[in-house]
Amino acid sequence: MSRNNLGGIVQQKGTRHLMMRTLLFLTLGVFCLYYLIPLIVMIATSLKSLEEIRAGSLLSLPQDVTFDAWAKAWSSACVGVRCDGLKPFFWNSVAMVVPAVTISTILGALNGYALTKWRFPGADIIFALILFGAFIPFQVILLPMARTLGVLGLAGTIPGLVLVHVIYGLAFTTLFFRNFFIGVSSGIIQAAQIDGAGFFGIFFRIVLPMSLPAVVVTVIWQYTQICNDFLFGIAFTVGDSNPVTVALNNVVNTSTGVKEYNVDMAAAIIAALPTLAVYVIAGAYFVRGLSAGAVKG
Amino acid sequence: MAPRTHSTVPLGQKIELWLPRFVVSPLFALSLFFVYGFILWTVYISFTKSGVMPNYSFEGLSQYERLWATPRLYVALGNMFVFSALFIGISLAIGIFLAILLDQRVRIEGVIRTIYLYPMALSFIVTGTVWKWILNPGLGIQNFVRKAGFEEFTFDWLVNSDYAIYTIVIAAVWQSSGYAMALFLAGLRSVDDEILKAAAIDGAGSFRTYFSVVLPIMRPVFLSTVIILAHLAIKSFDLVIALTGGGPGYATAMPATFMYSFAFQRSELGVAAASAVMMLATVIAIVVPYLYSELRGTKQ
Amino acid sequence: MSDIRLEMVKKNFGATEVIKGIDLAIDPGEFVVLVGPSGCGKSTLLNLIAGLETITEGNIYIGGKRVNDTPPRDRNIAMVFQSYALYPTKTVRNNITFGMVSRGIPKADQDAAVAEISTLLQIERLLSRKPGQLSGGQRQRVAMGRALVRKPDVFLFDEPLSNLDAKLRIEMRTEIKKLHQRLGKTIVYVTHDQIEAMTLASRIAVMDNGHIRQFADPKTIYEDPVDLFVAGFMGSPPMNMMPGKIRTLGGQCVVSTGGPEDEPLDFLLPPALSERACGQEGRDVILGLRPEAIFAAGTELPGANRFIFERPISVVEPTGPDTMILFHHAGLDVVARVRPEDARPEGTLFMFEADMEKAKLFDAKTTLRI
Repeated sequence: MSRNNLGGIVQQKGTRHLMMRTLLFLTLGVFCLYYLIPLIVMIATSLKSLEEIRAGSLLSLPQDVTFDAWAKAWSSACVGVRCDGLKPFFWNSVAMVVPAVTISTILGALNGYALTKWRFPGADIIFALILFGAFIPFQVILLPMARTLGVLGLAGTIPGLVLVHVIYGLAFTTLFFRNFFIGVSSGIIQAAQIDGAGFFGIFFRIVLPMSLPAVVVTVIWQYTQICNDFLFGIAFTVGDSNPVTVALNNVVNTSTGVKEYNVDMAAAIIAALPTLAVYVIAGAYFVRGLSAGAVKG
Repeated sequence: MAPRTHSTVPLGQKIELWLPRFVVSPLFALSLFFVYGFILWTVYISFTKSGVMPNYSFEGLSQYERLWATPRLYVALGNMFVFSALFIGISLAIGIFLAILLDQRVRIEGVIRTIYLYPMALSFIVTGTVWKWILNPGLGIQNFVRKAGFEEFTFDWLVNSDYAIYTIVIAAVWQSSGYAMALFLAGLRSVDDEILKAAAIDGAGSFRTYFSVVLPIMRPVFLSTVIILAHLAIKSFDLVIALTGGGPGYATAMPATFMYSFAFQRSELGVAAASAVMMLATVIAIVVPYLYSELRGTKQ
Repeated sequence: MSDIRLEMVKKNFGATEVIKGIDLAIDPGEFVVLVGPSGCGKSTLLNLIAGLETITEGNIYIGGKRVNDTPPRDRNIAMVFQSYALYPTKTVRNNITFGMVSRGIPKADQDAAVAEISTLLQIERLLSRKPGQLSGGQRQRVAMGRALVRKPDVFLFDEPLSNLDAKLRIEMRTEIKKLHQRLGKTIVYVTHDQIEAMTLASRIAVMDNGHIRQFADPKTIYEDPVDLFVAGFMGSPPMNMMPGKIRTLGGQCVVSTGGPEDEPLDFLLPPALSERACGQEGRDVILGLRPEAIFAAGTELPGANRFIFERPISVVEPTGPDTMILFHHAGLDVVARVRPEDARPEGTLFMFEADMEKAKLFDAKTTLRI
């Protein structure tokens, strides 16, 4: 996304130019601080002891670095009545994310392919109807979903939560793959058909290997969305089956005992790490997913 | 429009013809049931006298009357209006400003972009937790400034019911303005290089080039960004819960938290359903015309 | 009117040298075409003149003024782009006036200039439309109008016709030539189309790999190419280039081509060429003969220094006015241009006549013209 071919336009050099550049970098730097300070505060606070937090100030760096808060957040902080830390809830999130992302991505790829490369009458209308599902405020399906999970015997369970994420993630995954496949020449499909390949043969041997970038973008998008979800987690799970976001909120908003800000911050970082790590490793794809989600159609 | 089934067409080919439809139909069925079926269910419940348990006898508009008689609803609607306007406005302003700055051949652009965008990777719960700490009057910014010598400094918006809603704006802008920046930057980069060269030869300075040439071309990007931010704003739930819990009192209630508390805490299913239907109507009013124009645009 | 002078101009993109030290002097009012294969640096050179790229080394003068550090807006130039680069959100009128608005020219003068240009280019009826509502040819005219309206000293064209269909391209080519004759401004024009170069240019600069191989008027470029590259680039179908050796046969100097697989041909060199080439027995050379220099024996007025030989026809390609006849020789398909009525079917043994006055000889090692 970087632009290289305009860098060379000859410009008036001089003090004015220099001043503008200085101002530019100053402004960019100030905004870097704006975005980074909360992260720095979060990390610094998590490494301080409670006494140091009370005595020191928000922006001061920890004097005696201690990982006690981290240990406590991970394995002994109280979430509701249970005092095992975030650890069990973290694994809940993992158990939820892996199947939910895998299933919704595979189904999205298959559907995007069928809707674009094997066009049949009404495909556009079907796509529009499915796409609308990506935009509904989920409040409107909370009540019937809770009932349905109850009927299915999945209420308050992780498989139930996986089901919810797969269903409401499908609209997005289908959208991503449809947008990708629209750019794939139909000539390739026709050539493969002439060579005698069928619907699934073309999908697995030709289309899927080509769509690796779309797969990566979709997986990262779904992963971030599902990891960071709170609404479905709090509405459809109870206690032991909560995902880590819900547990974090419970840790922070628990009203019993002394407020341990350092543990709160450590817990927040632990909850943020899975998505933050993916962002740092695969930032480019993350950005592509964000803009793919933005520029529909 | 049934495909012609000629007796000489082998069975395999017939199956092949129908396969795409077989593949799409489960998804479509799911979508019909879990989206449209559920919407209808919720709409129907909003017209019944359901309380703790669903009750399927039709009651007309009574749940809506109860909903509209709830003062908390007006707080929630007012909050949503204030929050959406400020959140969208400020995020757009910061986004476009930063995108233009980053478009000035900044060598370390990749690093800066990463820094601006990382909050978007965080959960709103994490964002809420962090800002709750920073805005905490006892140990946060207020304390920091007081210790710096300004003893009288007060910044207690988080616990002040008149101002608490603005703390949600602050945190939401922090999280999403980088996203707006990324969308605008991608938009700026999609403008044809030759057009910018033409503007340079036409003698337009950077200011004129942006405002007279580039930004008008980016109108569709503006529209998508506003729609996305509006959509985020209407659905905002997590951040409110994590930052203020809807408080103090219900000073920072939003439609999403309103619906949640009536559905799962106060067990007033009818009122909850009615409020959910109102949210849906709002989203439809914004999103459907947009989707319609976008999908029509693709076909051309 | 301005002249343009380039002194040892170099341009690097990172570690890649794209322009490798170019000297070029363009006279006022000249129409210079930069031509060459893609990637030869011709567009980069144009961008350097425009100020859209900063030069790495050397100097550029426009109208006697050194412009190395002058921004594009102050170089008194106008440019027409390959994609036309019209501002999509502005009307045709505003596209044309944008440059004047940027420079703060009074509204009345703008209107007068628009009126003049739109009449000249016959785009009066399009003025209130947006670029999206125009055809390719109309966009092209608007792009020209935008360049012409400011009456700059120098016009730069970057492959302006390559997005048009064949018929429109020829029409616009003629119009550009007429405009130049009428306005007399200096023009630098980039194209990869050698016919455009031949028809438009007062002088052509043939570029390859960051160098200018030859800078001369079209006739010289075609008749007297300095090396194999220029000879091969200009002309369609391209010049036949047959590797061979200088021999002396019976006291006469010949170029012996072909063999051992096919029977060698001993092209007898005319006196002018043999003076320059002979004396080095066995020297490796390339004999260049354009297709129109090989024809059916006896079909042209007789002349001195003709060489007649016989070969079986391998392929026949009618083009309408002429027919191309191909035969195998020296490992290549040699093309001869004959009148359609002289053509014979494939396989026929055919009597060819080569006009050796038009033959060019190149050194096989240096590729330079002998």
